Amino acid sequence: MGDTTNVNINSGGVAKNTYDAIVIGSGISGGWAAKELCDHGLKTLMLERGKNVVHLKDYPTATKNPWDFPHRGQMPVKVLDENPVVARCYAFGESSQHFFVKDKEHPYIQEKPFDWIRGYQVGGKSLLWARQTQRWSRFDFEGPARDGFGDWPIRYEDIAPWYSHVEIFAGISGNRDGLETLPDGEFLPPWELNCVEKNIQDKIASNYKDRYPIVGRCAHLTKPNPIHIEQGRQQCQARSLCERGCPFGGYFSSNSTTIPWALKTGNLTLQPNSVVHSIIYDDKKGKAIGVKVIDAHSKQSTDYFAKIIFVNAACLNSNLILLNSKSNRFPNGLGNDNGLLGKYVCFHNYRGTVYASYDGPADKYYFGRRPTQAMMPNFRNVYKQEMDFLRGYMVHYSASRGNAYVKEGDEQLGGKFKDAITEAGDWGVFAMMQGETVPKETNHVRLSDDKKDEWGIPQLITSVGYDANDEKVLKDFLTQTSEMLEKAGCKNISPNDSKQAPGLDIHEMGGCRMGKDPKKSMLNKWNQFHNVNNVFVTDGASMASTSTQNPSITFMALTARAANHAVEELKKGNI
Amino acid sequence: MNRREALSSVALLLGGTIVGAEVFLSGCGPADKKYGASLTFTPDDVSFLDEVAETIIPATSTPGAKEAKVGQFMTVIVNDCYEDKDQKIFLDGMKKLNDAAVAKYKKNFVDLADTDKHDFLVALDKEAKDYMSKKKPEDPTHYFRMMKELTLWGYFTSEPGATKALRYVAVPGKYEGCIPYKKGDKAWAT
Repeated sequence: MGDTTNVNINSGGVAKNTYDAIVIGSGISGGWAAKELCDHGLKTLMLERGKNVVHLKDYPTATKNPWDFPHRGQMPVKVLDENPVVARCYAFGESSQHFFVKDKEHPYIQEKPFDWIRGYQVGGKSLLWARQTQRWSRFDFEGPARDGFGDWPIRYEDIAPWYSHVEIFAGISGNRDGLETLPDGEFLPPWELNCVEKNIQDKIASNYKDRYPIVGRCAHLTKPNPIHIEQGRQQCQARSLCERGCPFGGYFSSNSTTIPWALKTGNLTLQPNSVVHSIIYDDKKGKAIGVKVIDAHSKQSTDYFAKIIFVNAACLNSNLILLNSKSNRFPNGLGNDNGLLGKYVCFHNYRGTVYASYDGPADKYYFGRRPTQAMMPNFRNVYKQEMDFLRGYMVHYSASRGNAYVKEGDEQLGGKFKDAITEAGDWGVFAMMQGETVPKETNHVRLSDDKKDEWGIPQLITSVGYDANDEKVLKDFLTQTSEMLEKAGCKNISPNDSKQAPGLDIHEMGGCRMGKDPKKSMLNKWNQFHNVNNVFVTDGASMASTSTQNPSITFMALTARAANHAVEELKKGNI
Repeated sequence: MNRREALSSVALLLGGTIVGAEVFLSGCGPADKKYGASLTFTPDDVSFLDEVAETIIPATSTPGAKEAKVGQFMTVIVNDCYEDKDQKIFLDGMKKLNDAAVAKYKKNFVDLADTDKHDFLVALDKEAKDYMSKKKPEDPTHYFRMMKELTLWGYFTSEPGATKALRYVAVPGKYEGCIPYKKGDKAWAT
């Protein structure tokens, strides 16, 4: 039980361990919280459970060639077998494995299959993310209320200026497409589609009035502005080795951008190897007063204190910390009067993929490795409910040429074979879905009663699964995408259901959701607990729905908005 | 190109999936996996594998598999990335291949003339292909299929293979979506 009669200070006393603000977590949203709070002059402590990763210095594989890896990217069978969860992640490999949590090191309990992919280090998963950064549209924020499964306490207009704020600083490339379903932002120049992707774009647009593919918007510096140069970053070099950490700072990560910026203010104390056990709530003061931290190595416990606390441990770990923050006032977890903490966990449905061939131009190729692809915003149930399922999906697609095939009857080995397969081959097309899932009370996480981790913290139980709506969305994606690709001229169209478990999308959201009604939600419109006004949750845990867009730019905007509100409230004496 | 794409492109060339790669290409692996046996490959073994690889990918106007040290690469992958049962197939396969060469030519495979090596492996490749197309999913992989896929994978990701037989640009600096391509131009290595 966290109360002030049981203060735990290992060095220097309360004063030395007291800050204006504490940020729990150093990933995408934690980095933003620290940057905003420090810019406003708050002495801020950032706690990270993993090791430090210093930009440029701690990217051991960043400039290696394929032949520099003994297994050329493949992981030994022993590692794959011992780590079945992380082994399924597309980005896990010989060049990036040091940034991923291994299954054995941090066990959790899957009541239903859930692939929980984690990055425990300074920067968190901001080093590893796929960097796609679309704004949500008004339809995304209005959707839950229209469809009767919840309500966002904000609308597009509330967050639009904050999208601009984070886009300008992070550096987002994109084309101004003028789509109502995909608002334009403060863009650096867009990446280019290749000629086959353009053909497909044209044909989909001319065959369907409601469908328009664009080039993906992503957090890459296609043409750095002075602000990015000031951050010490350079233009993206189109290497597409991002998950190793970028030696050019070409993409946005906490390590390359927000953390060094916050450190330069002199207001940030960055403390790695600090596992947050719980938030300390003072029953007499009626607010949170700090956090209890366990040293990752020594296992020693220390308390830290601050006026405001930002929870940015990444969705499920934020839920875990909050559920474990028990006090006399909140015996079931911080702020958990309504019993909803850990519930309404949602994710993106990634099960559908479609492969196809394309009789594309044999005399066209491309140069460089683009860090994004084509994408098409959701066209289902946008203006009104019209399908037999709720919500919809976005479609990502890309076209490329592999090595040339050798025809049956031709040489299958030897010199001619070698010459043939070293040429560029036919065009292939790959499409994948990103489906919205509807948050449900039954999709939840909770603490184990008996199993604890190495640090004495209860293990997390995940109970998150697909439902009938998800199956219908998947089916519609497979049918519609096959039809679109056929109309675009593709052949050998092969729709697939990967049947992958939730979690592998790495877009888990909810559990501590925002809302207007304290009976039905945990956080208000400022990501602030309805009933603990100095604690803010601004990562994926706070999301009231998933939309069909990649979520990180929205986490950034919500965080910056909440941090600025927290500073104002602090100045007014309301916190 | 990430590791999944690199392996997928070899799988595409040969059809099917790569031995040992089921886990991350399909998202699931066999439940009763046994691994950990440590094999010792002698210098002669490596030379033998180099000769097999060189016959599949010979030196032409660009370096061959031997210069790319593909034999050595095969031993590393078979040791670290193959399950015990696949290791056994591979090891037995090395012997089977040589025995068949001796039976046919009265000489060890490595001592054959290049044209004989070529003709011999062409026949073996056909045998492996026929077997692979007819086998049940639970039947073992043909050893020559393993050698061929390891050769292509090892060669294309080696420095000579990537930079001379293919085109490798470590730092492109930009992306251009539509550039001319003419027959004979090399594919990108990554």
